[in-house]
Amino acid sequence: MAGAAAPFALFAAAQAAPAWPVKTVAARAAEALPDHPWTAVLYMALAFAGLGALVAVLGMGLIYLERKIAARFQCRLGPMRVGPHGIFQTVADTFKLLFKEDIVPARADKTLHLLAPFLALSSTALMLGVIPYSPILQISDVNIGVLYIAAVSGLGVMGILLGGWSSYNKWSLIGAMRGAAQIISYEVSATLALLVVVMFAGTLSLSGIVASQAEGWWIWRAPVVGGIAFLIYLTASTAEINRTPFDIPEGESELTAGFHTEYSGLRFAFFFLAEFINMFVAAALTATLFLGGWMPFHIGGANAFNAVMDLVPPGVWFLGKTAFVVFVIMWFRWTFPRLRVDQLMRLEWKLLLPIGFANLALGALAVLYDLYFFPGA
Amino acid sequence: MEYFFILVFIALSAAFVAGGLIASRLVAPRRPGDVKNSPYECGEQPIGRTWIQFNVGYYLFALLFLVFDVEAAFLYPWAVIVREVGLVGLIEVGIFILVLIAGLLYAWKKGALEWL
Repeated sequence: MAGAAAPFALFAAAQAAPAWPVKTVAARAAEALPDHPWTAVLYMALAFAGLGALVAVLGMGLIYLERKIAARFQCRLGPMRVGPHGIFQTVADTFKLLFKEDIVPARADKTLHLLAPFLALSSTALMLGVIPYSPILQISDVNIGVLYIAAVSGLGVMGILLGGWSSYNKWSLIGAMRGAAQIISYEVSATLALLVVVMFAGTLSLSGIVASQAEGWWIWRAPVVGGIAFLIYLTASTAEINRTPFDIPEGESELTAGFHTEYSGLRFAFFFLAEFINMFVAAALTATLFLGGWMPFHIGGANAFNAVMDLVPPGVWFLGKTAFVVFVIMWFRWTFPRLRVDQLMRLEWKLLLPIGFANLALGALAVLYDLYFFPGA
Repeated sequence: MEYFFILVFIALSAAFVAGGLIASRLVAPRRPGDVKNSPYECGEQPIGRTWIQFNVGYYLFALLFLVFDVEAAFLYPWAVIVREVGLVGLIEVGIFILVLIAGLLYAWKKGALEWL
């Protein structure tokens, strides 16, 4: 193995990763519970206040970033009026939407029309609770983290499907059906890519997967298959969150606004918020599974360099990697033209799925014969 | 405790959405009208019903998805213990997947993967 690994030894970490005390907020609360029950309650309150703030800040921040980056790509300035460089634009937009009339079409299925934003936003927000932001900053480390994420993100489809169907609008219905077909199709490929990392890490817990990358991130430590899985996962998750070039469920030029055509006011805002939080979750998962999560970047043997890298707090590493993936996803939007429905389905079922299966088989062989880079480094 | 947090979180995230909608209900105007509440079809009078029988192509993909997603549910436990079950496990999973891939190839040949 040493021979094959030699050219890549650059990326290996010769020294053990710094021993960060990994502990979730839930574990801390469980520890405090017998002696100081109020401390446990305090931990819980802090965790949920933090998550609520995260949802709000992420939603507003990402929408602002998206508009600014889009403007930059098109040689415009973007929002500039509300606050310095327009940073309060999305805050103003949120309050505007709060004060807007909530119009429900006369013939709509009112119960389902109301239920749809709940499913869309709750299902995405639930994923924020298990992501390891840093060693000490993870709300709950479910031992089946990857499966939990897959299951909860599957609920998001129901939001789109119900929203589109209940609106009694043809655009909505077409958008919802396309969206559902697209999301469930690409979920298969995303799962196959996730399984590659699960095989190498040997655990489904997200913090366990991060810990398994102390000697090198799976994108290059898993020989070639890691890189292919990364590309498949990035493509599939871009499709799952309905981002351009896969935005046919809400393609403005074809379907008005797709599944949320008949949504207005705060219900529309919740769909919009869900979309951006979805983007963050997809990027955070990519960073966690393939790019080492909060693990700092290390080069084997270069101890001085590694020591400098360790000075950067792990949370900043996580944020940086996630921000990079978010930027790449936003970049896609201004690089690729939108795919047609038939092209979209062909890409998934005739290209990504066979590659995904072949990649999984190769990955399994690599795990069985310990064919990965920097074993036991 | 980890799962208890998730449980509380499910309730709170629903409460977050509900709170927002209630706040909006309190401050937003409500003046429904016949024209305003009609479905938006670019200003035209909607023709025909919306809830109609839908293209069967969508259901073909849904069926395929069901097969491969249930398969993925079987693959998760295998992926965790790939090292323990070794080559025998890999061959068994391989046979399982090959049967499904034969199904995919059949669907491919039959033209189920062609859109419309």
